[in-house]
Amino acid sequence: MSMRQGARKGSVVLGTAALVAAMAACSSGGGGDGDQIEITFLTQSDTDNVAAAEALIEAFEAENTDVSVTLETQPGGTEGDNLMKTKLATGEMPDVFHYNSGSLLQALNPDQNLVDLSDQEWADTLIEDMANVVSTDNGLYGVPWGSTQAGAVMYNKPIYEELGLEVPTDWAGFMANNEAILAAGTAVPIIQTYGDTWTSQLFVLGDFANVTAQDPDWAAEYTAHNRFYADDPALQGFENQQAAYEAGFFNEDFASALFDDGLRMLATGEGAHYPMLTGAGANISLNYPDNVEDVGVFALPAQDAADTRLTVWLPNAMYIPNTTEGDQLEAAQRFLAFTQSEEGCRVQTEILTPSGPFTTDACELPEDAAPTLTDVQAYFEAGTTFPALEFLSPIKGPNLEQITVEVGSGIRPAADGAALYDEDVEKQAQQLGLEGW
Amino acid sequence: MKTKALRRNLTGGVAVLISVVVFLVPFAFIFLTAAKSAQEASALDVSLPTEWFLWQNLVEVMQTRDYMLVRAFVNSTVLTVVSVTLMVVMAAMVGYVLQRRASRWNPLVNFLVLAGLIVPPAVVPTIWVLQTIGLFKTMPGMIFIEATFGLSFCILLFRAFVSTIPKELDEAAIIDGAGPVRLFFQVVLPLLRPVMVTVVVVQAVNVFNDFTGPLYFLPGSDNATVQLTLYNFQSQTLNQWNLLFMSIFLITIPPLVMYIFFNRQIVAGMTSGAVKG
Amino acid sequence: MTTLVANRSSTEDTLKPRRRRPIKSSYPTWFYIPAGVFYFVLFAVPTFASFYFSLTRWTLFDTEFIGLDNFVQFFSEPMLLRGFTNTFVFGFLTSGAKVVLGLLLGVFLTSQLAARGYLRSVVFFPVLVSAIGVGITFKVLMDPFGGLINSGLALLGITGPAWLTDPSLALFSVALVDIWKGLGIATLIYIAGIAAIPQEYYEAARVDGANAWHRFWRITVPLVRPATTTVVLLSLIGGLRAFDLIWAMTRGGPGFTSDVIGSVIYKQYQAGFYGLSTAGNVVLFLVVTAIVVPISLWFSRREVER
Repeated sequence: MSMRQGARKGSVVLGTAALVAAMAACSSGGGGDGDQIEITFLTQSDTDNVAAAEALIEAFEAENTDVSVTLETQPGGTEGDNLMKTKLATGEMPDVFHYNSGSLLQALNPDQNLVDLSDQEWADTLIEDMANVVSTDNGLYGVPWGSTQAGAVMYNKPIYEELGLEVPTDWAGFMANNEAILAAGTAVPIIQTYGDTWTSQLFVLGDFANVTAQDPDWAAEYTAHNRFYADDPALQGFENQQAAYEAGFFNEDFASALFDDGLRMLATGEGAHYPMLTGAGANISLNYPDNVEDVGVFALPAQDAADTRLTVWLPNAMYIPNTTEGDQLEAAQRFLAFTQSEEGCRVQTEILTPSGPFTTDACELPEDAAPTLTDVQAYFEAGTTFPALEFLSPIKGPNLEQITVEVGSGIRPAADGAALYDEDVEKQAQQLGLEGW
Repeated sequence: MKTKALRRNLTGGVAVLISVVVFLVPFAFIFLTAAKSAQEASALDVSLPTEWFLWQNLVEVMQTRDYMLVRAFVNSTVLTVVSVTLMVVMAAMVGYVLQRRASRWNPLVNFLVLAGLIVPPAVVPTIWVLQTIGLFKTMPGMIFIEATFGLSFCILLFRAFVSTIPKELDEAAIIDGAGPVRLFFQVVLPLLRPVMVTVVVVQAVNVFNDFTGPLYFLPGSDNATVQLTLYNFQSQTLNQWNLLFMSIFLITIPPLVMYIFFNRQIVAGMTSGAVKG
Repeated sequence: MTTLVANRSSTEDTLKPRRRRPIKSSYPTWFYIPAGVFYFVLFAVPTFASFYFSLTRWTLFDTEFIGLDNFVQFFSEPMLLRGFTNTFVFGFLTSGAKVVLGLLLGVFLTSQLAARGYLRSVVFFPVLVSAIGVGITFKVLMDPFGGLINSGLALLGITGPAWLTDPSLALFSVALVDIWKGLGIATLIYIAGIAAIPQEYYEAARVDGANAWHRFWRITVPLVRPATTTVVLLSLIGGLRAFDLIWAMTRGGPGFTSDVIGSVIYKQYQAGFYGLSTAGNVVLFLVVTAIVVPISLWFSRREVER
């Protein structure tokens, strides 16, 4: 096609000269010299993602000499969500991109924008939970990249040993442990870090597996507008947060402390419990390598020990937009398949630091894992895990983190906060065009 | 005479002292954090590093993502210089005519100028327009965008300061036979130097520090601009504070150098005919 | 010296009507064209397109026409009232402070002063750092536990407040930082304005025996009016629309206590409610226009009167 020639000329002349042609060529991934197929891979710009992406590209290119992969990065977070949608809506998405699975993926309209990958060889190797969160009724769109993680209580083991505490299985036991730690006076019972607002949501989000244990249909009914956070069992997460605040278990600087402070307190024993995503284990091994063995994980306890389950976050995945065509599409599919190869798994285990089991049969966990990982694994082996709500329902309100900060700071009572959150999600549901809203 | 000089030095000294506390301490914090190890930096306090990692951090920041920062510096410099030149000339022309020529269209033009300041740019429709004219993802497209978004601010300033130039000067030039173009570029524009320097400095900083513009209108790793490099060291769960602050520190240097340079221009403009006491 | 100023304006007044006609052609309308083309293509067209989307439910992939529902939704946002209150407080507080402090600093920094060049540079330093950088830095400095500001106050025997985490204080703390960051621009504009005042006025006033206070109040203040107009308009519009610094420092928190309209809209946008956030922008545009245009007219009338 003529756009190809334009791009080739553009590389001969100065890059900026081929303005018009470049614009057209970019959407098809750009032309190249000779037989080399060029594809572009977009990921988030933080160090971990980039390191893993670079290692993956290097390994891939070594085995696929006819393809060259260019790495592109962009910020993650909500800014990244908007960029993803903007790029898809304007037809400017690179050939392969890395993004969340579950509700955030659903907001990209996969049926309209992505290439169906259900005919790929690796498609059958995904565990069911994983396949669900990268699929719609019409197709499967992503290949997982990285491991699962849990939203749970990360705790300092030396404190538990010193005070002779047991890992709690119900909420009362958890509160009793907190009481004992407070009485001992050497450490803060519960670490909270509202300086990074997103960290405030764990009491609620990490409680979701317990909700599912009590009401297996909760997520589906919630999507249908028949269940509410203002009612039990879901209300419990908000109430737990309020109870913990009122008991005075939080660090005194909870309102301004940052995620990094929280990890420092946890790793060094300044604090005993930190409700957090266990992916934080990677940060501990980076910044506090001597304390890796000191940090363990247990599920946020339900009121009744019989309901206590571990809430699990499924990994992100890689996708191909349907603007990728021809040779690029074929190369992109090879790239995705490569993530499930032995070499791809090596990158996932060595560079991405697993924080839970993988979601495919293709990869295996390393033998010498840290306790943050082995503790999570134990729940998987016992079959006592459920996915977090964002992987079961497309609905997640934008203001949850502000609301949980208020509940956890005593600004707003739990019941109020839960009701406000029910109101908050309505916009999201309407935006998605769901029935019953 | 002597007491006056003394008082002058005294007020100056006090002002310097206050300025150190209010304005320089935050920068000291940025610099010190940029010189720490990752672990020390994550404490985020104001203290001397136990071991100086200034050079290591500098090298690491520079090398990250295949010398992305270097490319970003080049891109940001081109973007800033060209777009600011463009907007300053266009805005000066508008501000000048707007102030000098009474017309029934003036209220409309004034309103459009204010609207340009008030209404935030609409991202996606702007991308559509850029795609239509074939300038999306190109440096010229980005330059035009920055020039357009900066217009209102500049026009407002120029309009205000054209009014301080006596109309008698225009008259004299016209009598000497100057056409409108010569009148503007050779008589009026040179007299606008103090405000022009102000506009250049402020807008250059704005464009150089713009984050969302390049993020949406100029995607692609080769097109990276300096603010985007901050995101190499920052994420929801893993902040490398030392590298982040080193990056902040480095990308603040060019505007600083530019300002120190232009600051002299302002002083020069003033001594050539204005305030002395 | 009052007579001098009065003389000047009266000669202008008498000369104006006579002069206007022959000079008009020296200010050609085509000077508008280059800027106008850019403005129209890259700003006006997209903006009008987006106004249409304020009437739709817009996911970027699909649009569904829903009439004025977005506006209804926007006005039923639970935090709207507080958002508006905060917006006005923030806008008027920061712009007022920038005008007053900017003028004082402008006068101070154009006077004969030791270390003048240094001081001018330093006041402008904060402008050079991006909002992200400033936000991160001040979050650390304003930390109630071990943050530098409170440590410093503790040395003086004062217990510093929880700047950013006290719900009743957070907005004002951000406003303080916004003033710190934006003061340099206001000062620079004032310096340029003061530099443009003909020196003869001051000399004449000194001959008349006017003291420094009179010179400031009778010459500087009236004659920097163009600069004042500019500073007021820029900082007020900036203040009423502000969200980036608020976002970087408190995210509108703790909870929703420092939310302004700008940050409410930004959150809607970040959450992917594109139609709703566009509707919010339309509302914000109308509100800001309703405040700024009268002020702008008032200033320009005063200028003509003079």
